[in-house]
Amino acid sequence: MIDVKIDKSIDARGAACPGPLMELIKAMRSEPVGSVIEILSSEKGSSVDAPAWLKKVGQELIEVEMMGDYWRIVAKKIK
Amino acid sequence: MPKRIVIVGGGAGGTITANLLIRNLYRQVTNGEVIINMITNRPDHVYQPGFLYVVFDKVRPHEIVRKQQDLLDPHINLFIDPAVKIDRDKNVVFTESGKESPYDILVVATGSRIVPESIPGLKEGGHWFYDLEGAKKLRDSLTTFQGGRVVIAIGVPHKCPVAPLEITFMLHDYFKQKDMLNKVELFYTYPINRLHALEPVSNWTYPQFEKKGIKYEVLFNMEEIDPVKKVVKSMEGTEINYDLLITIPPHKGAPVIEESGMGKGGWAATNKQTLNNAGYNNVYIVGDTTDIPISKAGSTAHFEADVVAERISSEIQEGSASTLYDGKVVCFVETGFDEATYVWFNYKTPPKPTPPSKMLHWMKLGYNRLYWLSAKGVL
Repeated sequence: MIDVKIDKSIDARGAACPGPLMELIKAMRSEPVGSVIEILSSEKGSSVDAPAWLKKVGQELIEVEMMGDYWRIVAKKIK
Repeated sequence: MPKRIVIVGGGAGGTITANLLIRNLYRQVTNGEVIINMITNRPDHVYQPGFLYVVFDKVRPHEIVRKQQDLLDPHINLFIDPAVKIDRDKNVVFTESGKESPYDILVVATGSRIVPESIPGLKEGGHWFYDLEGAKKLRDSLTTFQGGRVVIAIGVPHKCPVAPLEITFMLHDYFKQKDMLNKVELFYTYPINRLHALEPVSNWTYPQFEKKGIKYEVLFNMEEIDPVKKVVKSMEGTEINYDLLITIPPHKGAPVIEESGMGKGGWAATNKQTLNNAGYNNVYIVGDTTDIPISKAGSTAHFEADVVAERISSEIQEGSASTLYDGKVVCFVETGFDEATYVWFNYKTPPKPTPPSKMLHWMKLGYNRLYWLSAKGVL
């Protein structure tokens, strides 16, 4: 686990709707530039979908980590 | 000294909570041990899912509006005076008229609102149906629409997550009825990489879109609209031309939440089971106002109101509370003008949509009328 200060953490485990990626998009829209956002997701697809979206919109993926039965995705809003 | 319960917000969550509290605490209220006050910002109560039907002229606007006072048990004191600040350390709500309303227990159910102004060009170039004026304007534009590309674009966050699909399916049937399907291209967009947040609903939707000829683009988050060139641009760098743009604008919570330092964007930090505001055991959050990552919908507010009313009643009558919210959400999904499906899910149970049927559509139409009993705490 990379040691980084988390500015906004969203526990989306078990959240079927709107789901982890929508929560990440919401946070990317509302948090200020420079914020580090952490999403916890029990959806395996998030570990692929979230990085793909971040790449598409030019935001920074810091790490994706499997934490047992869930995934931790950390991203930084850089623009 | 009576125990004072103050409920801020007179939408579905606040109204159901207030009426259920009276049912549970009738003796304490009538003998003066408990006072229930509701502070809200408008004298009318609007059944918001009705907007969808206003668009297609299937419901008249007056059918989805009631006087707030008429929905509340007469023992509830109603104040039409918007809350402007909540001081959770001093247990006081301040209102626009300058009044102070002290409380022992507070329920915050201030809801959410659309903010089309947060997307450049949206107010000038786009339609929406998430308020009465918007729904009527869209209804009138559809009446005179001669054909072309209709784009559906969705802001984040938004309430009623099934509405984007419902409006798309209903638009298809609307143009079919008008014999205009050969002149209209329906183009649906969605913020994430499938057609709906709920994967089973999304899986069901792909073949439906194929069958109905509805085009789509996923991973499309509207960023800017050029109302002159009639182009909607996405965060992802793509552009779509439109002749008619129908949007779900992004939402924010009520200004009083941010003004009171309760949460960015108007979403208050909420325990997902107890529904307590973080750090304040005498403050509950209900409905769209929570920051819980689940659907912002009327049914969510309803089920949360059940829990909050039970917890407050138990605290007053028994000294402690144990009822917890399990994340339950129920949504009807109109799949056209004459069929619907529905989904339910909670924190532990994933959704499993049932096949659409006329019966479910009629149930939805029936619920549109029965809602007023829900608001009164009867249903």
